[in-house]
Amino acid sequence: MTPDLVGGVESPDYASHDRAGHGPYTPVFVGDVKRELDDLLTRYPNKMAALLPALWIVQRERRWVSEEAMVEVAELLELTPAYVKGVVTFYTMYHQHPVGQYFIQVCTTSPCGICGAEDVVKAFLRHTNTGELGITSPDGKFTVIEVECLGACGFATPVMVNEEFIESMTPDKVPELLARLK
Amino acid sequence: MGFPHHPHPRETTVLSKYFGDAEARTLDGWKKRGGYKALEKALGMQPADIVNVVKESGLRGRGGAGFPTGMKWSFMKPGDGKPHYLCCNADESEPGTFKDRELMRWTPHALVEGCAIGAYAIGAETAYIYIRGEFTEPLYWMEKAVAEAYAAGIIGKNAMGTGKRVDVYVHKGAGAYICGEETALMNSLEGRRGNPRIKPPFPAVSGVFGMPTTINNVETLIASAPILLNGADWYKKMSLSNPKSTGTKLFSVCGNVQRPGTYEVVLGFPFKEFLYDLCGGPLHGRKFKAVIPGGASVPIQTMEEAEATLMDYEGFVAQGSMLGSGGVIVIDDAQPMVTVIARLARFFAHESCAQCTQCREGTAWTTKIMERIRDGEGTMEDLDTLLDIGEQMTGTTICVLSDSCAVPVASGIKKFRGEFEALIQGRRFHPVTAAVA
Repeated sequence: MTPDLVGGVESPDYASHDRAGHGPYTPVFVGDVKRELDDLLTRYPNKMAALLPALWIVQRERRWVSEEAMVEVAELLELTPAYVKGVVTFYTMYHQHPVGQYFIQVCTTSPCGICGAEDVVKAFLRHTNTGELGITSPDGKFTVIEVECLGACGFATPVMVNEEFIESMTPDKVPELLARLK
Repeated sequence: MGFPHHPHPRETTVLSKYFGDAEARTLDGWKKRGGYKALEKALGMQPADIVNVVKESGLRGRGGAGFPTGMKWSFMKPGDGKPHYLCCNADESEPGTFKDRELMRWTPHALVEGCAIGAYAIGAETAYIYIRGEFTEPLYWMEKAVAEAYAAGIIGKNAMGTGKRVDVYVHKGAGAYICGEETALMNSLEGRRGNPRIKPPFPAVSGVFGMPTTINNVETLIASAPILLNGADWYKKMSLSNPKSTGTKLFSVCGNVQRPGTYEVVLGFPFKEFLYDLCGGPLHGRKFKAVIPGGASVPIQTMEEAEATLMDYEGFVAQGSMLGSGGVIVIDDAQPMVTVIARLARFFAHESCAQCTQCREGTAWTTKIMERIRDGEGTMEDLDTLLDIGEQMTGTTICVLSDSCAVPVASGIKKFRGEFEALIQGRRFHPVTAAVA
């Protein structure tokens, strides 16, 4: 579906150019990406409404939303950086710090919980070598988190790996999935 | 229907007819199946006439509240000189509910059509489909369908050559259950934090961008097309119980059942037969213990209540619960109720927007107390504290997330008190299956 986000991404080097103190920040919205934003702006009666889509673009391009990126978005949409940060922090899907190359979200809300989601989480933690929720594995490949209801309860347990949505995950299918990602 | 997609003979597939049919996802395939005929008809009608047909059909909101759709549409005053907006609520996040996901991934053009009809009926030129960010597959199909419909001139400046303007845009959410609340959805769409707004003003007066707005669920909008094509009487006749609940409804079934999936039945269908016949009954060697029939926000039903229920808006209320969004969570005797409810409480605590004190504090304390009972560290006093907190969380906040957290806890304590007390008194929960093994 979106292969550029699902696989084939080189090992993470986001820190090299996108974090304060690690070299100059390069703007996200240049060239085609800027044109994409301009096109989005035509859909709404004001600029602020394009904030969530703009932040999605940032995350697609940089894989997380840094403070510098928030400043850039704020300037483009005529908002204050503080306002943008307020919005970023409200929504759980924007990464406010770098995460592993594969960001794995396992649904553990009750409907999946009663179908064995906890065991799926444990299997991911063990096989990714992360050991703990929210921690990135030593090789920078994986971050595993629990997520609230992914809205696919009949396909317990649903798992998201970056933008890829995987249904009916079970503990014994975890190694196979991870092998495909590596 | 369960998976793979074979409808059960007792289902009435109006909206789910093409689930599993990959060709129906494309514009050509959709047209071959009669797609966009309803929109063509609608654009030739007066908006007020469309509203009347929908009113007459008895269609009620399928997102949870069950408000009559035609009446909601009629609140939008034509000719007030302001831009009107339609928002399609596709932020399906209610635990147990996944019917809109199925609708969007199998019949994306049905939603484009439904949005265009709805927008035209309420005098709006712009419709936004707000889809939760986690729904990458529905987002993909919806964006594709919208692009196809634009390219074919079905929507846009000159919709189907009628000179009428209908724009439909897909807007991606970013992970917040609360944005399924209609006023929070509007805030989110405007580029704000998803905090619900105080009502009044109601959206029909001052909604998104301060303009008159109608917010409808995915299923509601999709249902408007067959109603326009086949007439209000056809829809009204589909009712097995009482005339206040008409038409078909999608129920998504999950949890401990043989055949989870999305089933479409005429309202008023007997819940017992639905659970045991359509969904195949409990897993081998287990028994059903409880059902949460309308998404996590509605009261838990005991099996006695569930088996006596007729599946319509009034039928679920008569048996101690609500139809809600139609997300049926089935819980069997291997599941400790306290664990299930504690996890639900944690969900609500996580998703509280933290705007109102009763909700921010109430959901967090409810979770803490539920989890200590679950871990065998609770006291009998905790049960009273939970009920007391729940009472203070009900009807005291801007939106109903707070109430939604209190509901499963209160109904759980009321109906499964024995399990709570056993844990408090130091007796462990023995799942039936474990006892058998």
